[in-house]
Parts: sequence; C-alpha cells; structure tokens
Amino acid sequence: MAVTDMQSPPTTASPPPARRPRPSLLRRILRDRTVLLLALPGMVLLIGFQYFPLLGNVIAFQDFQPYLGTDESLWNGLDNFRILVTGDPAFLNALRNTLVLTLIQSVMIFPVPIVLALMVNSLMSEKLRQGVMSVLYLPHFLSWVIVVAVFQQMLGGSGMVNNLLRSNGLPTFDVIGNADLFKVLLTSQVIWKDTGWAAILFIAVLAGIDKSLYEAAAVDGASRFQQTLNVTLPGLRPIVILLFILQLGNSLSVGFEQIILQQQAVGIDASEVLDTYVFNEGIAGGQWGTAAAVGLVKSVIGLILVLAANKIAHAMGEEGVYRA
Amino acid sequence: MSTTTQNPQGTAPGASGPELSTAADARRRRANLNAAGPVEKSTKTIVLVIACALVIVPFIGIVATSIAPADQVTNSGGFVLFPREIDLTAYRSILSGGVVSRALLVSIGITAVGTFLSLLITAMLAWALSRRGTVANRPMLLLVLFSLLFSPGLIPTYLAVRQFGLIDTYWSLIIPTVVSGFNVIVVRSFFVSLPDEILDAAKVDGASEWQIFRRIGIPLSRAALAVIGLFYGVNYWNAFFNALLYINDAAKWPLQMVLRTYVVNGAQMGTSELGTAVEAAPPQETIQMAILVISIVPILIVYPFLQRHFSKGVLTGAVKG
Repeated sequence: MAVTDMQSPPTTASPPPARRPRPSLLRRILRDRTVLLLALPGMVLLIGFQYFPLLGNVIAFQDFQPYLGTDESLWNGLDNFRILVTGDPAFLNALRNTLVLTLIQSVMIFPVPIVLALMVNSLMSEKLRQGVMSVLYLPHFLSWVIVVAVFQQMLGGSGMVNNLLRSNGLPTFDVIGNADLFKVLLTSQVIWKDTGWAAILFIAVLAGIDKSLYEAAAVDGASRFQQTLNVTLPGLRPIVILLFILQLGNSLSVGFEQIILQQQAVGIDASEVLDTYVFNEGIAGGQWGTAAAVGLVKSVIGLILVLAANKIAHAMGEEGVYRA
Repeated sequence: MSTTTQNPQGTAPGASGPELSTAADARRRRANLNAAGPVEKSTKTIVLVIACALVIVPFIGIVATSIAPADQVTNSGGFVLFPREIDLTAYRSILSGGVVSRALLVSIGITAVGTFLSLLITAMLAWALSRRGTVANRPMLLLVLFSLLFSPGLIPTYLAVRQFGLIDTYWSLIIPTVVSGFNVIVVRSFFVSLPDEILDAAKVDGASEWQIFRRIGIPLSRAALAVIGLFYGVNYWNAFFNALLYINDAAKWPLQMVLRTYVVNGAQMGTSELGTAVEAAPPQETIQMAILVISIVPILIVYPFLQRHFSKGVLTGAVKG
C-alpha cells in the first residue's frame, strides 16, 4: 500500500515509468523502502562476514599481537611473506602436500563421478537407477567428523575389517594412522563421500542428450563404445569444463576439516596442507601475521586461477562460469 | 529432450501423458539399438552392487555394535555385525544427562534457530533482489554474486568473529553462516520465475510490497524454501569447523565436537562424562557407536525429503546461478 501511495500523486493510471523523469535518489529510496528493508539483514551479514573480513588481511603486513589489535600492532612490511621465499621447511612441506593432493584429486577423483554417471545412466530400469543413486548420495549429507569416524571404525586397527581378518587368522593392516597411506585414505574418503553427489549433475546432463543422436550413430554403424565416445562424451563436455574451472579455484583447498581431524594419527609431515598450516600456525600457534600472509597468497592465487580458467574457457569457445 | 524437466525424481505427477510416452518410446528404441552385452552388464552390476554395499555395510555394523550386549562386544574384539539381542544400555547412559545429552541439546538448538533465521533472511534478501528496477538492485546482486567467487580466508574471518564479540557464544555457530550467497541466488531464481501477472494483480488490489512477499511470494515458493531450509539445517547440524574455531568452552560444544573428541580421537568416557542412569558402564566401543548413530539419525530422517527435491534445486543453482 505504502509503495503505491508514494509514487502515485502525479499520475494514477500505471504510466510506463521509463517515460517520466527519473525520480531523485531520496525519493526512490523512500519508494523502495520495503524492498531495502527486506534486503538489509542479509546484506549486513554478507558484508559483515564476507567483505569486512577482507580488511583483516592487513595483519599479513603486521607483527600482529592479538591483545593490541589491528590498530596498534606494528607494521612490518613484507616480513611475513618472506617465509614464502626463504624455504621455510614447514611451509614447503605444507605446500608440497597441497600440490600432491591437488594433483591426486584432479586425476583420481574428478573422473569417478563421470564414470558412475555413465554406468547409472545406462541402467534400464528407472526404479533401479533411483535406488542406486539414493544410496550413493547419502554420504554427502554426513559431516566430515562422521565420515572420518566411520572410516576409523571400518579400517582402524580394531575396526570391522581388521576384526574380520583377525578372527579368520589373517594378517591385519592398519590404514588409519599409516603416514604412507594417508593420501590414499583421504582420496578414498572423498570418493566415498561425494561421488554420488557429484554424479547428479552428469546424470541430469546425460538425460538431456538428444536420443536421436544415438539412433543416427547406430544407423551409421557405430558400436556402443563409439557412441559413448562420439555422442555421450561431447555432450558432457561443457559441464565437465565448467566443473573443472570451478574446482580449479579451490585447487589449493584440499579438504580442511577432513585433514585436521586426522592429523593427530599420522603426524604433521604427511598431513600438513596450506589450510591446516594457516590454522596451526595462526590460531593455534599464535603466528598471526605469517598465517595471514600464507592465507592471503592462497586466496589470491585461487581467485587468479578462476579468472584465468574462465578466460581460457571462453577462448576455447565454451560458456565458462560467467561472462564479464 | 524432456526427461530432465519431466520426471527426474517422480515429483511431477501432472506431467502430460503423450510427452512421457515419447520419452519412454525413445528409451525403448535406444535399448533395442544398443543392448548391452553380457560382460558389460555383469561388470556394471557388480560394480554398482559393491558401491552400494560400501555405503550401507558400515552403517549396519555401527548400528549393530551400538545395540549389541556388552559381553558380545567384548568377546568379538569390539565389533559386532549380528547382535545376539538388543541392548540399549549405551543409549540410556549417554542420553541420561552428561556430555552427550548436553551437546545434543546444543546441536538441536543451533540447528532450529539457525535454520529459521537462515530461511527468513535468505528469503527476504532473495525477494528484494528479485524486484528488478528498485534502488540499488544491481549493485546488491553483484555483491552477492561476487561473494561466491572468493572466501575471505581463515584468519581474517576468525578476527572478524572475535571483533564482533562472538567467541564462545552459541551465536558464533549461527551468525557467520546464516546467509549463503549461493542459496540466495537459488531462491531468487525461483522468485524471478513467478508469473508477473499474479504480482501485478496483487499490486492493483492494493497489496503492499510486504504483503505481496508474505501472501504470494512465500506460499508459492514453499517447496523451494523447504529444500533450502533442509540444506541449511543439515549444515548447522554438521557444523564442526566453526565450533572448533570459535568455541573454547567444552561445556558449549555441539555434538560434532563431542563426536570428534570421544570417537575420532578416542578419548575415554568416564562416569563424569556419562549420564547418571548407569549401573555398569557399557564398553567404550558401544558408547562410541551410539554417539555416532545419534549424530547420523537426524540426517537419515530428513534424507527422504531432501532427496525428493534436491536434484531440481541443484540444477537450478548450477544453471542459473
């Protein structure tokens, strides 16, 4: 009611607004005040917890002392960043583990949902398809704490698998707590948790591929394998590229909760990654400035990777994530 | 091809008959054209069966151990797949006061309050952003979109939360994650797709912006909001990282922190951590499994509702966001 009242005095009968001279800013604010009020809490929170913290990055250039705060802590220029180039062993170790995990995740984890989607998609019965997927989605909704706990209960020294082996007189093996197998463990956990979920998109896209393409290919004498190669995979291409770009932006984030939960068991050497380094060094270790510097560099690299990947995608004639 | 929009999860009962039958025809034709060979078929079956078993079997083991009688658990080395009888001592002892009961209450409270606030604020912001032509619409939309591209970083976020005085409060588990830009975009796209005629009609009838939002926007988007609400709820229930960062006081721990301490890290639960209703404490394994089950059950309860809708929700987010 109030809204219509505000704008109605000069013309009563729904005039095209573009024709009139633009009302002043204050007038427009008054006119749209309900909309602005609706947006207010959300915008305040978004600015407060997404944009305002960006200012906190200044401590990357400070010798930050929590009890002094950002205003009083002394500036130390690029001192905190020196760690990035001086070959600090703890940092290098974290960097190395991160890069290895990034590589593993792109090579080992990325294709799994696609393969799963292809398999599920080729199941004939709709019921069966839904049943299989219902089961495989489920782990996505469990927290990392639960997933890690489940893995421990299954594969740990006194877990179900070893129990079974022991009672049959077979040798046991402890995957949990074995530093050499840590990356394998992380990979299998990610696959267990998120493959089904990641496959949703691919399945939806597969369902949208024009079936007449398959018929045409079959008429031309293409085998099933050739059909997959020439019809299915090209159909999946745009979504694969899109997801790959999105993942690239996160490529230096290789699973923070998952790793921090399991660090105790395998030690820092095998498990430290950039995110856990920032946490352990900064919040737990009190080296705020250094941790913030590492975090800042990581965020900037992530952002650059997204922007670059998007550009590359455009150059390749793909949609990419957004058009700028 | 209409299969995606028609009937992904069987949620479109009003779908038109002829459309469906062509889809079915197409599938049948395709089936005839490339019937799978026996090798391919059996490999596929075996792989999918194993995949499903890898998800289901651990849960069966966990539930079975949590309800097995103490002596059976001890004799079998801490793990039971087929309980001899049902014994709920572990549940009774952790639910009768003590650390787990308190954490359970905290988690329930956080999830309830957080989900309500998240839904309300997300819907309000999404509605405002869906009203094109209003003041500052475009800049606000850009702020939301741009927030999807970066994260401010661990240390700065922690400092902000501290600056706002939220450390060691329950609010620290809610407020920082109350609005997700992604969910705002998803809900907004639902609001944008509402037919203009209805909104115009309401306006002509003299409804205020607020009334249009309450009486038309919200009711027509109930399904979408339900899904988003479930997503938010699952997130609050699962939130572990924020608790790790912001809650130093163990008395305020949510369930996930308790789960980490007593199950993942394997800390022993003594009589002081357990409730009062126990004569003889059940074995640690049983207690651990019971805690695990309690933290999974809420997810299993909402899962069927989630599952019915999410592929649609995710698609909307991915395609339009």
